[in-house]
Amino acid sequence: MQNIEAQIEELKSQISAMDKQIPSNKISMIVFSGDMDKVLAAFVIATGAVAMGMEVVMFFTFWGTPILRDKNKKAGGKDTMGKMFGAMLPKGTCEVKLSKMNMGGMGTAMMKSLMKKKNVASLDQMIEMAQEFGVQIYVCEMSMDLMGFKREEMIDYAQMSYCGVATFLEQAKDSRIQLFI
Amino acid sequence: MNEEIKVDKTLDLKGLPCPMPILKTSRGIKEVEIGQVIEVLSTDPGSLSDFPSWTRSSGNELLKTDQSGEVTKFYIKRLV
Repeated sequence: MQNIEAQIEELKSQISAMDKQIPSNKISMIVFSGDMDKVLAAFVIATGAVAMGMEVVMFFTFWGTPILRDKNKKAGGKDTMGKMFGAMLPKGTCEVKLSKMNMGGMGTAMMKSLMKKKNVASLDQMIEMAQEFGVQIYVCEMSMDLMGFKREEMIDYAQMSYCGVATFLEQAKDSRIQLFI
Repeated sequence: MNEEIKVDKTLDLKGLPCPMPILKTSRGIKEVEIGQVIEVLSTDPGSLSDFPSWTRSSGNELLKTDQSGEVTKFYIKRLV
């Protein structure tokens, strides 16, 4: 009898160890692209996942970072390179382009008007929706530094914080779905 | 399957494309009690496959899909 009890105890501890290995009902996304269409897709998946009852984390890195800049905000104290990057890279959602058929901006403008006509949510509306739904956004600290972006020029988003690669990996390890967009 | 379903709330999502129908439904269903039924009106063609997936994943029950008119009606019982 004592043997059985010991075995049950061992099984219990094994099960609880296995429990920790099972990923949460979570999706982790890396948003690397700065293209309007790809980022829109990322936000559609993100908000959809919350509706499905999942927890969602999005990591913005490289070309994805400038999308989270606020066009109405200014940041001082930048060096020459920072100023240059700041001027060349899109300042928020209104300056991003389609990955295909941009045609000098004409394609993007046509797509935007078509989206409006068909009632498809704009990137701005999707970001607002994501905030409302509690989608967590992490911004890559290294990209911010590289491109010379300051935190004070980023959009107001309730669940936004800054991080490095380990933060993403910890979240990704604990997620059922990982996407790189 | 002709018995009347008692509807506690109707969500009119006509004209809204993906992903809005499921976003609004996930919000709207919280406005009824567990066990109550919502009726969702959608014109989004993707909804036909989305609502079965959404109800399965979210743990609610899709009681009936009525495709008889231009507007598809989904009857969903809140279980969680």
